[in-house]
Amino acid sequence: MGHTLSGAARRLSETGAPQAEGALARVDPRARILAALLFAVVTVALSTLTALLAALGGALALLALSPMPARRTLRRMILMDGFILFMLVLLPFTVPGEAIFTLWGLTASWQGLAQAIEIGLTANAVVLALMVLVGSMEPVTLGHALHALRCPERLVHLMMFTIRYIEVLHEEYQRLRVSMKVRGFRPGTNWHTYRSIGYLVGMMLVRAIERSERILDAMKCRGFDGRIPLLERFAYARRDAVFAGAMLALCALLGAVEVLA
Amino acid sequence: MHIVDGALANEVVIGGAVLAAGGVALGLRHLPLEKIPAAGVLSACFFTASLIHVPIGPSSVHLILNGLAGLVLGWAAFPALFVGLLLQAVFFGFGGLTVLGVNTLNIALPAVLVGLLLGPVIARSRPPVAALWAGLGGALAITGTTLVVAVALVLSGDEFLPAARLVFFAHLPVIAVEALLTGAAVYLARQVKPELFASFRKGAA
Repeated sequence: MGHTLSGAARRLSETGAPQAEGALARVDPRARILAALLFAVVTVALSTLTALLAALGGALALLALSPMPARRTLRRMILMDGFILFMLVLLPFTVPGEAIFTLWGLTASWQGLAQAIEIGLTANAVVLALMVLVGSMEPVTLGHALHALRCPERLVHLMMFTIRYIEVLHEEYQRLRVSMKVRGFRPGTNWHTYRSIGYLVGMMLVRAIERSERILDAMKCRGFDGRIPLLERFAYARRDAVFAGAMLALCALLGAVEVLA
Repeated sequence: MHIVDGALANEVVIGGAVLAAGGVALGLRHLPLEKIPAAGVLSACFFTASLIHVPIGPSSVHLILNGLAGLVLGWAAFPALFVGLLLQAVFFGFGGLTVLGVNTLNIALPAVLVGLLLGPVIARSRPPVAALWAGLGGALAITGTTLVVAVALVLSGDEFLPAARLVFFAHLPVIAVEALLTGAAVYLARQVKPELFASFRKGAA
């Protein structure tokens, strides 16, 4: 499970056995979620270049301690939506201030450049910490941990079903795509392509809803009454206290750098 | 369209989070326990659809299909799309954590509005007519999303105004593609499984 989500090779942990690699992987999932939240709030509040670089450094240190593949994680960190990149590139030209250079009558300002760099650093530091601390969990563990953190039960159930079926539906999508390809479908910018992919999405919807009916029937056979018992119990151990202390210290340090710089 | 952490003003981030939490809570209230498996599978379906890349000229765009989600799920689109965005942020690094509320609002609010506005018509009409309405719904949802994104940016600072305006025009082709795809998807779904668009409305009562 979570093959599409984690992009990792299938392994035995999918049967539910705990996976333990790297120092961070053994830390209580609840502590990791709370730490990611705290780190995000603190980092967004920072505004000096030094403090933001320190935050990115902290996130990189967490990456080193985690079992995540560094190269792929960093690539995912850097990737942003086209429109955000576009906005960052535009910022030097739209923020008034001291001029760096003029291009086609537009003046780039140091203040705008600083703001663009600030946003870029914040976004990358937060997303990296989030992926390293929370994204390294088994998706199912994330559901259990959110439940333990008092997230609404229905929301957690909805998330668990989503996680469970992303993989199944992705495989279905690929099967449909292969059968289109076998029949000579080549995507291009034309009406035929849009209609065909629209039909593909429609077919996926129909199959998804029919699948969900079978799932509900099968679950009712097994005594489903609308609730799924979430059995995983977390124990707060000493290494979790050490982790929490270290994360608090990191955030305090970032705050100190911000004030002093 | 994922806004990243650090781009928006604090007031916008907090306001977005509060509104999104309200929307998710309302959506969950419209979701009886019996409907959760169906909503989960559909949420996974829209997650998968967002991985589809459609060619558009020399480039390609990935689908959002929030209009379709709103038409199928109604209010339940709010929690379903929130879950999708949460998973994308955590596992793919799309978007961010503190902006999750704003991003949910951007995608889910237009979806729910389109669902409430056009859902009943689509459940009633014949497939070709339903497809036309769905096309309009798909276009409206993406237009709504770009507008909410633009509002979030402009409320955060005037320096984002040119970017917000350009983002809107850059999304015109995306709006057209989403409209065509939503129309085609609804046409097929109405032919193959006519009751699909009524299933969440019954449960919502």
